[in-house]
Amino acid sequence: MLDLVWLIPSLPLAGFLVLTFGGKRLGEPWAGWLATGAMAGSFLATVGVFLDLAGRDVQDRRAVTTLFEWIPAGDLRVDVGFLADPLSLTMCLFITGVGALIHLYSVGYMHGDGEFPRFFTYLNLFAFSMLILVLGDNLLLTFLGWEGVGACSYLLISFWFTDEANATAGKKAFVTNRIGDWGFMVAIFMTFFTFGSVAYVDVLDTTAAGTVAQSTATFIAVMLFVGAIGKSAQFPLYLWLPDAMAGPTPVSALIHAATMVTSGVYLLTRVNPIIADAADWVPTMIAWTGAGTALFAATIAVAQRDIKKVLAYSTVSQLGYMFLAVGCGAYVAAVFHMVTHAFFKALLFLGSGSVIHGMDGDQDMAHYGGLRRFMPITAGTFIIGWLAIAGVPPFAGFWSKDEILAFAWNESPLLWAVGLVTAVLTAFYMTRQVVLTFFGRHRFADPRSDEVDAVWAARLAGADEGVEAARAAVVDAETALEVRRGAATAADEAAVTEAEGVLSAAVDALTVAEAAVADVRAAADVRPDLPALALAGAPDVGAVADELPDAVADRAAHHPHESPWTMAFPLVVLAGLSVLGGLVQLPFSSSTKRLEHWLEPTLFHNEVHLSIGAGTLWVLAVIAVAGGAVGIAVAVAAYGQRRIDHTAFERPILAEAWRFDRKVSDFMGGPGRTGFDATAAFDRKVVDGAVEGMATLVRREAGLLRRFHNGLVRTYAVGIGLGAVGLVLWFLSRSSF
Amino acid sequence: MGALSTFVVASSPGVPFAVLPALIVVPAVGALLVVCLPRRRPELLKLVAVATSVIVGGMSVWLLKGFDATHGAEMQFTSQADWISDLGIQWLLGIDGISLFLVVLTGVLFPIALLAVDPGHDDRAYYAWLLVLEAGVMGVFCALDLVVFFLCFEVVLVPMYFLIGRWGHGNRAYAATKFFLYTMAGSALMLVGILAVAFLHADATGTSVTFDLVAIAEAQAIDTNAARWIFAAFALAFAVKVPIFPLHTWLPDAHTEAPTAGSVILAGVLLKLGTYGFLRFGLYLFPEASHFFAPVFLTLGVVGIIYGAVVATMQRDLKRLVAYSSVAHLGFIVLGTFALNTEGIEGGLLQMVNHGVSTSALFLLVGMIYERRHTRQIDELGGLQKSAPVMAAVFTLVMLSSIGLPGLNGFVGEFLVLVGAFNAHRWWAVVAAGGVVLAALYLLWAYQRVFHGPAKGDNAEMPDLKLREGLVLAPLLALIVFMGVYPKPVIERMEPAVDALVAHIEEHVDGFHEPTSRFGVDIEGAGDHGSDHADEGDDH
Repeated sequence: MLDLVWLIPSLPLAGFLVLTFGGKRLGEPWAGWLATGAMAGSFLATVGVFLDLAGRDVQDRRAVTTLFEWIPAGDLRVDVGFLADPLSLTMCLFITGVGALIHLYSVGYMHGDGEFPRFFTYLNLFAFSMLILVLGDNLLLTFLGWEGVGACSYLLISFWFTDEANATAGKKAFVTNRIGDWGFMVAIFMTFFTFGSVAYVDVLDTTAAGTVAQSTATFIAVMLFVGAIGKSAQFPLYLWLPDAMAGPTPVSALIHAATMVTSGVYLLTRVNPIIADAADWVPTMIAWTGAGTALFAATIAVAQRDIKKVLAYSTVSQLGYMFLAVGCGAYVAAVFHMVTHAFFKALLFLGSGSVIHGMDGDQDMAHYGGLRRFMPITAGTFIIGWLAIAGVPPFAGFWSKDEILAFAWNESPLLWAVGLVTAVLTAFYMTRQVVLTFFGRHRFADPRSDEVDAVWAARLAGADEGVEAARAAVVDAETALEVRRGAATAADEAAVTEAEGVLSAAVDALTVAEAAVADVRAAADVRPDLPALALAGAPDVGAVADELPDAVADRAAHHPHESPWTMAFPLVVLAGLSVLGGLVQLPFSSSTKRLEHWLEPTLFHNEVHLSIGAGTLWVLAVIAVAGGAVGIAVAVAAYGQRRIDHTAFERPILAEAWRFDRKVSDFMGGPGRTGFDATAAFDRKVVDGAVEGMATLVRREAGLLRRFHNGLVRTYAVGIGLGAVGLVLWFLSRSSF
Repeated sequence: MGALSTFVVASSPGVPFAVLPALIVVPAVGALLVVCLPRRRPELLKLVAVATSVIVGGMSVWLLKGFDATHGAEMQFTSQADWISDLGIQWLLGIDGISLFLVVLTGVLFPIALLAVDPGHDDRAYYAWLLVLEAGVMGVFCALDLVVFFLCFEVVLVPMYFLIGRWGHGNRAYAATKFFLYTMAGSALMLVGILAVAFLHADATGTSVTFDLVAIAEAQAIDTNAARWIFAAFALAFAVKVPIFPLHTWLPDAHTEAPTAGSVILAGVLLKLGTYGFLRFGLYLFPEASHFFAPVFLTLGVVGIIYGAVVATMQRDLKRLVAYSSVAHLGFIVLGTFALNTEGIEGGLLQMVNHGVSTSALFLLVGMIYERRHTRQIDELGGLQKSAPVMAAVFTLVMLSSIGLPGLNGFVGEFLVLVGAFNAHRWWAVVAAGGVVLAALYLLWAYQRVFHGPAKGDNAEMPDLKLREGLVLAPLLALIVFMGVYPKPVIERMEPAVDALVAHIEEHVDGFHEPTSRFGVDIEGAGDHGSDHADEGDDH
């Protein structure tokens, strides 16, 4: 089976090629089924290879299959070859498994989209690139996958390209990732320079043998870290990930939660011997970047209203945990959390997609509430995902997060404390999300502030129109009066009187109209502001209740609906995995640490071992569970029972993500752009200006030679030729001695 | 051309005729034929022109089969005929692994350029000039005699001048004159250099005057100081032609105002005359001087990469944007060339071919947009992906290739250049690698403004790619993918020649060792001081 490893990426590639050339003809739903089938086949192939590998002796669990020579230039020899070992197969299992489920889900989610086949074309290409990334037997092939997933991410984020915001988000993702890719590239250069090879087998074995200088290892490790923080959305390169939510939700689940964003963690785990040989501050930096990002993103997630934004910042935060683990030397814990996170975060994203689908595209949690009655499967599975991420035992997330926290304690209690606070916040914001979405009163039929505002605006406009009409009537009456007075004869007296009567009536009407405007304005001024989150009851819209647009009634009449089976089935499977995922690595005894044993050969004994006793571990676990319970309790109190004012948590600065993104954008749009503009102007005025100036100078100073200045290029050519000959003669006369 | 019959064909097993002279003569004869045809039969003119270029293209592709890769360092398909015997000038043609793919690129791009667009007026002159251009370019890549090289190098200017001036857009007269005078001025000193080389060589060796490139280069008889001066004269000509910052400002004007076919040939082939010149008449002819001046060109290469990208970002005209992207891409070639190691030079060579393929495709696409919308202003376009999804997909592929996405052609060359440069001069490469970030920025931003967003006005009804246009683009797209996935057949044929070139430099530059990776040597301590391997070599 092992020699079939090439089949794993080939099936999605084949799917991509068929869809590229025949996707349109296949159409909906066959394009989707083909792509899903390719992924399912890839999953089966992975299982086959996995079983083969698992059946071998530990030292034989590493096999390189070379397909062909890719770039053989000079000393550089790069193959297209696959490295099948425990680490890459672990990645492949969840990439193809979760990937196949998300493909299936997409068949339902993308139903009715005009570009259904194109979506699946990209999705299969993504899966192919991702598999190349993890299976590549050398850094350069990993880099190919690395950039490939970036390109697919770009294509999929801007999938609905007619919206400018989506297009911008896609571009931002690609460019930000490229900053990281720069680091990755430089790391590859240094690796080749040092080892004369970029193949993992050569590089890692040499490094593990301990012959590499610390400074070299440090340089490579830091540059790979730069690449990793780009792809895995760590501070400060995380900026693209929240924006990436512009893509269709299955994309967010597959690429921006389960697989691509974990590439950085994979890469750092893969090169663990290099990190081990690097200076001590490198792992410390990785750990603190992870911990800091985890906390930072969690504080932002607390105040988001968009259901996907919460999950996006949550993903950044959870990836921070994985970096924390890598920095602490807990590679197994990092991979463990990567796997469980793939399960529960994919589940949460797909669940949110199901909610959005049921809510006809609305992503604002303020408009949700009580949805569990309308979408029971989505709600049930989402709740499981919530328990998993919140660290409630015995769900999957508890085990992996607990392990990371234990290693953090092992490294430094301060790191542990940051991790713990993040865990509390995680429990809080996820509970908030669950309560706002599935519990409480359903708010989807509530009138929304923009609708109410529109009604008031219409009222004011109506009253203003009344005043205008009354004013016009007064003017008309005045004119009529003037006319009649002008034609003043005794007989017209009565007519004048009548006109005076009309005028005074018109003036009265104007007074009434103006009073009405004042009334409306006053009423508008004193009307209660609609609460941003109407948790307690339907908002009171006062006098305008009857004038609300039909949309409000429509929403009440059309309940949110549960999603079709294609979407519900993946939710159920992922929920099962989120419950049971912890089984692969239970901390009770050596024999229950299956993942650790499995990954051991790829870690070159660089896995740190805990130096803390079982008692301490139990205490830490209890504290973590208690912390999670506090987070949940506070969120329930604030959003479920309304005993705490929830606005206390939703600070504007948190809602605006500490304004870091805006600062960066302001810089790019301000000084950055000015600098670029200045360079372009420099090119026009100085560089080209010098050329033009030379031409002008020649033209002006050529008084004597004006005869030759006849505008014919051939004359100039002759001149140049003669000059050249003259120079030759001079040169020859000089140099023949 | 009467001397053709006296050509001596040597060392070309299995070659039934003098194929290299044919590459030059056939388009020239085709041009003559076109001129003799009636002016009012544009379809006939086109047929003859296309047929001629297809024959030339076929022959150039056929060279791939006949080329002996194991002896890629030697000149193959050589042919020789006396021309001006008194002065030692002869028709001396031959190709090795360095020029092979540039000849093929030329052969492939001309039929595409001819098929892609019709001139609209004065068809006869248009086709004739294009064929003359092809003859000249083939001459440059095949010439092994300095005078023949110079002749062809200069001949190329004339048809290009008329192509821009007569069939160009907007400010075409200005652009054509600027192009002509700028590049002509650049190469004026090269003629001096060529004469000096020949006479100094004859002087030093005591032989009769010859312009035979191989003989002069292998002898390396010229005094170091004189060689440096002469190299500078050659380098100026090539630097303008490449163009290297800050001598690049003729390029945006020429590119922008040229007709589509002109832009395609200009970007695809003519810019390579300079970079090819650096290899053949710089590194090979003057190894010591090239090594001496390398820091200058490395620096200018890196500046070009970053500067070209920054200026490209702010362009409002699509063609100008692509033109500045060429400045950046050619910066990579210069960087690789002057890394003076196999990876760098090979990467530069690959980049020449890849840039030719990708940028030609970009210009064709921009031309197709222009034909439909009569504008190249980015602001006036938008949302085209809705009305022209196939064109958008093709554009995306070409764009990703130009950005240097691994798996497509652009990456291989760029990566090898950077690897080579890193081994030679680490920090230059680290800065240059930043160019890949900027490339993504300017191309994706342009793509977004042209293809994404809501379609405004006429953009909503723009017709998609026609079958004929698709067929014209297809070979380029196939090359983009093929050269990215499986560049080995190309690299294999280049490598012996590049290795020989590097060995030649090592042989003739005292204390110079090819800057390579350190594997095999003690890796303990590598990178401690960011030390520069090439410089270490100099210290020995």
